[in-house]
Amino acid sequence: MSGVPLSWYLTLATVLFAIGLYGTLSRKNAVGILMGIELMLNAVNINLIAFWRFITPHLLTGQIFAVFVITVAASEVAIGLALILAIYRQKKTIDIEEIDLLKG
Amino acid sequence: MPGCKTYAILFPAMLQDYLLLAVLLVVATIFPIGGLITAFIIRPHRPGKIKGDTYECGLETIGETWVQFRVQYYIYALVFLIFDIETIFLLPWAVAYNQLGLFSLIEMFIFLALLLGGLVYAWRKGALEWI
Amino acid sequence: MPTTQELIAISPEIILALWALSVMFLDLLIAQSRKSILAYWSLLGLLLAGGAEFSLWGREEILFQGAFVQDNLSLFLDLVLLLATGLSLLMAKGYIKDLEMEHGEYYTLTLFATLGGMLMAGAGDLLIVFLGLEVLSLSLYVLSGFRRTEPMAQEASLKYFLLGAFASGFLLYGIALVFGSTGTTLLGGIAVAITEGGLLGDPLLLLGLGLLGVGLSFKVALVPFHMWTPDVYEGAPTPVAGYMSVVAKAAGFAAALRIFLSAFLQLAGDWTLLLSLLALLTMSGGNIIALAQSNMKRLLAYSSIAHAGYILLGVIALNSWGLSSVLFYLAAYGFMNLGAFAVIVALRDGEREYLALNDYAGLGSRHPLLALSMAIFMLSLAGVPPTAGFLAKFYIFGAAVQAGYGWLAILAVLNSVLAAFYYLRVIVIMYMREPAGQVAKMTHSPALALAIFLAVIGTVQLGLFPAAVVELAQASLFPFLGS
Repeated sequence: MSGVPLSWYLTLATVLFAIGLYGTLSRKNAVGILMGIELMLNAVNINLIAFWRFITPHLLTGQIFAVFVITVAASEVAIGLALILAIYRQKKTIDIEEIDLLKG
Repeated sequence: MPGCKTYAILFPAMLQDYLLLAVLLVVATIFPIGGLITAFIIRPHRPGKIKGDTYECGLETIGETWVQFRVQYYIYALVFLIFDIETIFLLPWAVAYNQLGLFSLIEMFIFLALLLGGLVYAWRKGALEWI
Repeated sequence: MPTTQELIAISPEIILALWALSVMFLDLLIAQSRKSILAYWSLLGLLLAGGAEFSLWGREEILFQGAFVQDNLSLFLDLVLLLATGLSLLMAKGYIKDLEMEHGEYYTLTLFATLGGMLMAGAGDLLIVFLGLEVLSLSLYVLSGFRRTEPMAQEASLKYFLLGAFASGFLLYGIALVFGSTGTTLLGGIAVAITEGGLLGDPLLLLGLGLLGVGLSFKVALVPFHMWTPDVYEGAPTPVAGYMSVVAKAAGFAAALRIFLSAFLQLAGDWTLLLSLLALLTMSGGNIIALAQSNMKRLLAYSSIAHAGYILLGVIALNSWGLSSVLFYLAAYGFMNLGAFAVIVALRDGEREYLALNDYAGLGSRHPLLALSMAIFMLSLAGVPPTAGFLAKFYIFGAAVQAGYGWLAILAVLNSVLAAFYYLRVIVIMYMREPAGQVAKMTHSPALALAIFLAVIGTVQLGLFPAAVVELAQASLFPFLGS
């Protein structure tokens, strides 16, 4: 197969996942954390599609899985933003270091 | 670029197309940034109150620049997001429709009925009221 | 196209899904003052789904090209989930009314969450595991923040959401790697691919399995992935906390059983060692931190973490005894833990909850029945005979010894002794200490009383006459181990 080799896609996905992970762990803004999580999920999608194209192009598993990941990610974002909105209305902040009533 | 030996050695055939893209990317980045830097070096620097104002189609701005939208606006956006993404399931169905037969049509109607149910729910709950 | 047989086999899930939708639409029609009708309507749905489960008992149905499996294992776990849901709805009915959050969505979301758990219990494909998990989690994120105006609930919900979504990312990445290594997401297909492709030491597969494990560990709250649990339990409405502690855990273990037994049995040498370490950390971590708690909900949160550690022992043992005792433990744990949460729900004055451990002082003389039930639940959680908790622990530790994990079983017994200290302290406070200052009141409600009564019956019944449930649990594992 000509074109970009599989390992490049996997590297891209790993890097994207790592960026998302870093964003999730280092951000203090709840929306920023959410964006980091989205990056992680999109890295998964790249992986799924790349594996599908290179390993099982005759089956649809990888593609279908990616479609489901996209929709679930959208539902997750909708719920997450609604929660953040509810908090913002009360506390006027979405900085997770200032949301600290519960000490774990 | 046929005939260019070093180029072919440095980059195997499968990556030649991507090299062109990379060159385009670099050039496309250099042009605007170069323009901005040149302008920054040669332009005069005389700040003023009127110059610093927010530009709004030439009219003077009224009130705060940080306008707060109604919360309703966000709920609208969230509802839109969900319905927008759900249509992703329609595409593969439509593409493969000819091979799928009657049951897939029924299945899709069930799916659409669920979406419609969601819409009715959002509507009755007042999420679609534009105030 | 699905056959009629397939539709019949998956009827419990279909019933529950339709029921959840019907609750959602009925909510639009019913006036605010009569919302409690929805509670009865939801309970009816649970009963119907449970009846469908019973009628399917004994079948081994593999549906939709292997994507879903309706065998005794899924039926047993489904019944545990439905029972726990029923108990939590009985608890919630008066509670959400008094705390002014009686919206129909509470019931819809609870039913959908249970549906997600049932999908996980019957999953034959990693896609179904993922979808079930998300249906469960997304509903729980909203439920835990259901008291919209309460800052603590909002915070709990946001924390749970962020960590849960984070865990989903890991889980999905693991699934993607497993898919890349084996070329399939069917659990049975993965097992075949491992054998035929000689993938036993494949780094991609092992990494994928590891990430999958991390994702699931977050969901069932194993140490060191447990940080969210106490905060979320404390902030969430009490019936929701009880519901989560049982349903989310049972569903997580259901998915773990499916994944490890159907797909990765051949890699058992790799994951049992790791899991035994996790089990040790989880038991000890949960129990040690629980010792220092003065808030009842946080105490039960850490106790639930410790119990996840015990349950893990049965998964590690990986013999028929161990796996059937996992099922027995989940059933017993459902009764005793929901019972304890029901007592917390009962101990409130309108919308004021009494959550501090000291509020329980003198309960033995003021509300003897309530105190007695709480004492039974605490004894059962501690593992004192003749309660369900004792037998559950006995079976699981025995299985671990039988499988050659004697050292782990000894450490688990030591842990139980440690845990007995904080469970018994609750009893001591209830019976031997006089209340200082404000006296905690109790709210009477028939539904709540029924919930506590059922939980007591379950706890005692499983402790005295366990044979029936043990037999069911053993019958559930027939397809996997042939014993």
